[in-house]
Amino acid sequence: MLDKTGIAKRIAKEIKDGYYVNLGIGIPTLVANYIPKGMNVVLQSENGLLGMGPFPFEGDEDADLINAGKQTITTVPGSSFFDSAMSFGMIRSRKVDLTILGAMEVSDNGDIANWKIPGKMVKGMGGAMDLVASAKNIIVAMQHVNKAGESKLLPKCELPLTGIRCVKKIVTELAVLDVTPEGFRLLERAPGISVEQIKNATLGRLIIEGDIPEMVIE
Amino acid sequence: MNKTVKNADEAIKDIQDNATIMLGGFGLCGIPENSITALVKKGVKGLTCISNNAGVDDFGIGLMLQTRQVKKMISSYVGENAEFERQLLSGELEVELIPQGTLATRCMAAGYGMPAIYTPAGVGTEIEIGKEKRKFIVDGEEKEFLMEMAFDADFAIVKAWKGDNHGNLIFRETARNFNPMMAMAGKITIAEVEELVPAGTLDPDHIHTPGIYVHRIFQGSNYEKRIEQKTVRAKG
Repeated sequence: MLDKTGIAKRIAKEIKDGYYVNLGIGIPTLVANYIPKGMNVVLQSENGLLGMGPFPFEGDEDADLINAGKQTITTVPGSSFFDSAMSFGMIRSRKVDLTILGAMEVSDNGDIANWKIPGKMVKGMGGAMDLVASAKNIIVAMQHVNKAGESKLLPKCELPLTGIRCVKKIVTELAVLDVTPEGFRLLERAPGISVEQIKNATLGRLIIEGDIPEMVIE
Repeated sequence: MNKTVKNADEAIKDIQDNATIMLGGFGLCGIPENSITALVKKGVKGLTCISNNAGVDDFGIGLMLQTRQVKKMISSYVGENAEFERQLLSGELEVELIPQGTLATRCMAAGYGMPAIYTPAGVGTEIEIGKEKRKFIVDGEEKEFLMEMAFDADFAIVKAWKGDNHGNLIFRETARNFNPMMAMAGKITIAEVEELVPAGTLDPDHIHTPGIYVHRIFQGSNYEKRIEQKTVRAKG
């Protein structure tokens, strides 16, 4: 089974040289730590920055320089600032190659729910609805089952939707899966996890073809 | 073309009860601190505030929530704000949550003189309820879009890094965020700046917001520029 770091490491392998990438809050933020050295990747922060760097050193933090999670950050050489309309313009016009975000539920047709739990305080969708409606490639980092052991990979999302038919790939603590017109296609197992365990943890349509390899994570 | 006013009190003096105002900023970054303080002092009530976030309990728009001056918030994310949550649950405060890109683009549409825009954000979700939907072919693929209306705001209040007495503005780093498009969208736009200089000082090539959009400008003071989430890494 993968921990959060493991999920982040596995997702980092999906990033290709030359990509512009938007990372959501939570596990997706960790992905930045595992992008292979020497690869040219530019991180977009939807509040208005291309070329996001690591957190600043103590004392170097700048109130004017934050990421979409409101954390203090730095820039890297070649970075640029822009306003929020342009930021979502580059997202909507599919200039951003890859979006990585978290989810509470995903359905087997690629619908995603990650912004609202009825009965709980609703904080808002922020940029999530814009990102999922437009991104050309969306990878979701999520837990396969909730604390009660119930599947979060469903035939149909029960929570209010963030977007429809948009998720392309999912990395969970148990597996890597593609979202296809026929349902979730199992690609890889997490170390020590059996196909049977993944089957039991997946309520949506699950396609298992041939031997499913165990994922390789450094 | 001298749009300089003395201070925030003078800049906001004609904002009346029940006005609709836009406030620039993302989180606590790039918010018009001086104008918010002046609005609290003036005690104007029943405001509809269009702003990406609602501040925190004791800073930003949170200060106007404490004094119950806000009737309605139009935001994309309202975050950690206990007083906000209390007023929302008690029904004292109305909240309309909209996607961040939609918020930015509805401001932009107002500033560009367009009545509406089409966006895919929210298609198939509860955001689409009551909105006109239309199909367009984009990149050879038919896709549904929602029609979203340009905002109609009485005032826009923005914060810039530098400005001149013609109202030309330059923003700094990610404090730019919603400020430029809100500056364009207000019927009356008020800009507070960290450094106000005479016209001719700023390089015209470096102006982000041309002064035509700005009606009043003043030199702000005592900026706290509070950091919401201080995150650092260890040296070495």
